[in-house]
Amino acid sequence: MASSLLSPSFSSFLRTKKDLPLYAFSSQRCFKAVPKRIRCSVAAPQRQPSTTGSVRTAMTMTEKILARASEKAQLSPGDNVWVNIDVLMTHDVCGPGSIGIFKREFGEDAKVWDREKVVIIPDHYIFTSDERANRNVDILRDFCQEQNIKYFYDIKDLGNFKANPDYKGVCHVALAQEGHCRPGEVLLSTDSHTCTAGAFGQFATGIGNTEAGFVLGTGKLLLKGPPTLRFVMDGGMPDYLLSKGLILQIICEISVAGATYKAMEFVGTTVESLSMEERMTLCNMVVEAGGKNGVVPADSTTFKYIEGKTFLPYEPVYSDQKARFLSEYRFDVSKLEPVVAKPHSPDNRALARECKDVKINRVYIGSCTGGKTEDFMAAAKVFLASGKKVKVPTFLVPATQKVWMDVYTIPVPGSGGKTCSQIFEEAGCDTPASPSCGACLGGPKDTYARMNEPQVCVSTTNRNFPGRMGHKEGQIYLASPYTAAASALTGYVTDPREFLQ
Amino acid sequence: MKTMALFSATAATVIPRNLAIASSSKHFLAHSLLPSFPRFVSFPTPKSNPRNLRTVSLQSPRAQASASPSPSATFHGLCYVVGDNIDTDQIIPAEYLTLVPSKPDEYEKLGSYALVGLPASYATRFVDAGETKTKYAIVIGGANFGCGSSREHAPVALGAAGVSAVVAESYARIFFRNSVATGEVYPLESESRLCEECRTGDVVTIELGESRLINHTTGKEYRLNPIGDAGPVIEAGGIFAYARKSGMIPSR
Repeated sequence: MASSLLSPSFSSFLRTKKDLPLYAFSSQRCFKAVPKRIRCSVAAPQRQPSTTGSVRTAMTMTEKILARASEKAQLSPGDNVWVNIDVLMTHDVCGPGSIGIFKREFGEDAKVWDREKVVIIPDHYIFTSDERANRNVDILRDFCQEQNIKYFYDIKDLGNFKANPDYKGVCHVALAQEGHCRPGEVLLSTDSHTCTAGAFGQFATGIGNTEAGFVLGTGKLLLKGPPTLRFVMDGGMPDYLLSKGLILQIICEISVAGATYKAMEFVGTTVESLSMEERMTLCNMVVEAGGKNGVVPADSTTFKYIEGKTFLPYEPVYSDQKARFLSEYRFDVSKLEPVVAKPHSPDNRALARECKDVKINRVYIGSCTGGKTEDFMAAAKVFLASGKKVKVPTFLVPATQKVWMDVYTIPVPGSGGKTCSQIFEEAGCDTPASPSCGACLGGPKDTYARMNEPQVCVSTTNRNFPGRMGHKEGQIYLASPYTAAASALTGYVTDPREFLQ
Repeated sequence: MKTMALFSATAATVIPRNLAIASSSKHFLAHSLLPSFPRFVSFPTPKSNPRNLRTVSLQSPRAQASASPSPSATFHGLCYVVGDNIDTDQIIPAEYLTLVPSKPDEYEKLGSYALVGLPASYATRFVDAGETKTKYAIVIGGANFGCGSSREHAPVALGAAGVSAVVAESYARIFFRNSVATGEVYPLESESRLCEECRTGDVVTIELGESRLINHTTGKEYRLNPIGDAGPVIEAGGIFAYARKSGMIPSR
């Protein structure tokens, strides 16, 4: 299975103890002397050294995943190791560049290291007439055909997304829904929100085109093991809070650079009570705190979700009892209130109720952060509780085809059998749009719901730096789907308790 | 490679090891760029414009009769100062991401849009209207430079525009990694908040060997942090060169 693009000598490279500055070979031999007692003619049995013959210190789950993936018994934060990659994903924005680098460095006729481990998901600039954007999807298609890539979620008919049976939509949601996320694995992708997959108890982080080109050829990457920050969230989740609110709290607590080069591990009774989609939202915004990766230990919720989606074996890992964490933060979730991130930074936290005088022009519900099935169910719950119509244009962009289907088929509890789509229609929201990343990052000028004027928007997306959704003077308030729906109903930034209690 | 030939005759003995390889990794992306804007080697040209000083000056072959053993690479030029948390959307707004950095003509276009996402409070444009290159060889930033998206288009746009080095108080990790992997801009860290000490348009020199930045306009000097673990990768010329050097992938 080793790629022919690797040096033949490399297979033994990792096991040699050459004195290279970047490699920490930390295994130590530990032999225990066994006293021999000769009382009879039968010799006492020799005690075998421990399995690997090395002394192991306790590791966090991130350290364990990287240790295993780099074929080492031990990994300490700061170690730079060559890691075997389980899945590499790319999309229409960065895929063409990564492919260009792959061909330039490995040759026009080079083959990817494993056609089943590369997942290509067009999702960013899809429903647009921008020629270059459309060309970029064609580049992906040509490459997938040439390389016989197993997982390519293609789209050709831009006028009708449903006419494309393979097309999924937002890459991070599609990865989960299609069973590409497995506990204990290493997943890399050319997108900052790759950390979303950490919800499955795996190491997942974003990389650039050049490194993706490297992985395409070799199936490996040089990674530095991060220390871990632990976030213990306990207490019953109030019914007006969603995990978007939790992660906004955390980001404000530690700042947009508080987790730079670090892993963020989420544990505690609250986390255990979260659904997979809620855990994905939590891990999704790890990058907004500067985090390298986020992890949630796999449990029955995880196994139940992946059952039937993936048929590859996997082996979860868990932090050792005595693992060392850089810091530990504890939250009593029952005491938290709905928050928003005010313009222009994800750590610019304010209580939603303190922003009730902020008049808004629009609401956007979508993206990998807040456009999943449960996010729409949550928004529908608020509209249902109110029974009134929205006061501002409310844009709904389901993340994937599956989410779109769910919005149109799953009954919302307490509604007497109505679907989200019906509730949205009655509330006067825009019709749910074709699934893609949409206006979360602005995009080409004709992108649906792009902010082309300097307006104020409450959004379930992940970043609100200047110009994020299009216009440089646009003001974006990041919020949970509950808060976004509540705000749509009043035309002001609104605490969802106005409708949910 | 074709572009390396420009350096190889002189590079073998003259250009310090780290610079020669650093320049080769940069220029494989910019075949058409090289003849007009040799960022890493300063050749006296009749067109050299005092305003346009953005070249790295090396010890010229003539001066290197008795070459010093340690590499003494410098970056020199005008600096452009930005604040904290300059995210990748400000460095290169999303609408330009349809440009594919590995295509030479689109690489150039990316350069023309570098830092166009900065808000109006930045009165001086980074790339003048109608231009494709910047006057500023060095970008000085605050904390968490390059935060946000993983788009490699960000360091690429800066490099394509003509930036040699960024000196920031701190970096977001993906931007830093991408800078190192591509070799597009040299990502340096300062000990102090240079974004408060320097002004856009100041003439600065960065001496890599001395880990020092000199602001000629104010006359002050500042210490830079050592490059750390990324050093060997940058010195080799990016992730591919490093992997070839360490035997991980075959040499070409």
